[in-house]
Amino acid sequence: MIQLFAFYLFATIVIASAAMVIFARNPVHSVMWLILAFFNAAGLMLLAGAEFIAMLLVIVYVGAVAVLFLFVVMMLDIDFAELRAGFVRYLPLGALVAIILAAELIFAVGAWSAGGVDLAARAAPAVTDKSNIQQIGELLYTRYIFLFEAAGIVLLVAMIGAIVLTHRQRGGVRTQNISKQNQRRPQDATRLVDPGVGQGMEL
Amino acid sequence: MISVGHYLAVSAVLFTLGVLGIFINRKNIIVILMAIELILLAVNINLVAFSAALNDLVGQVFAMFVLTVAAGEAAIGLAILVIYFRGRGTIAVDDANRMKG
Repeated sequence: MIQLFAFYLFATIVIASAAMVIFARNPVHSVMWLILAFFNAAGLMLLAGAEFIAMLLVIVYVGAVAVLFLFVVMMLDIDFAELRAGFVRYLPLGALVAIILAAELIFAVGAWSAGGVDLAARAAPAVTDKSNIQQIGELLYTRYIFLFEAAGIVLLVAMIGAIVLTHRQRGGVRTQNISKQNQRRPQDATRLVDPGVGQGMEL
Repeated sequence: MISVGHYLAVSAVLFTLGVLGIFINRKNIIVILMAIELILLAVNINLVAFSAALNDLVGQVFAMFVLTVAAGEAAIGLAILVIYFRGRGTIAVDDANRMKG
């Protein structure tokens, strides 16, 4: 009973906040609603028994991706009112596509629950005497080790790509040159002169 | 009791909202990227729900890979957005035609 209540609570909030993400006027508010949606999706996954994925969702999505969005939204000086100009014009087409998509998804779920789809045999059955994260670790570091390394390469490429794309060499900036500072000697920098009276100085 | 059908319904609604978000915010690429994150979240809920229903861990392993790709995609997408904004001074992408595609 308590699971059912928690499920409907999480599901309602995740759907409501997802709707607010796409309908909010201010993209900063959109990011906040996105964070709420991720938290509640993590709750849904906890209910399904996937503790590791739920924690990963909070760490990766809320801690990294949403904060990245927030940084970009706040750093760029964007006129958001102008960007919403075509909102009403695109709504009918978008609603049409969304309704068709929803009908297809409902149809697919109906076909699946009617027994029309024969699912393959289990690849890695879960056992009960180990925790969820331990089982995932044993699977990930043995059978899926190459996929795991490929995921690491994807992240490396994304990191290098993001740095290369946004890095900017700024010209005309006076930076400190430490070796030049250390090579400076008193005899190069100063001069002893003995000017005559009333003759002035030439530097 | 909660069945896998409940999870599939939530995931379907979330996916549809993500697609709708791409259509109605066609100019604002930041919200488009957020809608793509919603779509990937729907896919992840689906994977985890089937993983729990079939008592099979592979779904959760693949949900982790989807998460990885989503993080990389957000980083690259926002980097492209930053250099686009630097060059054009706006992020309205409905008339982006720099590559004459």
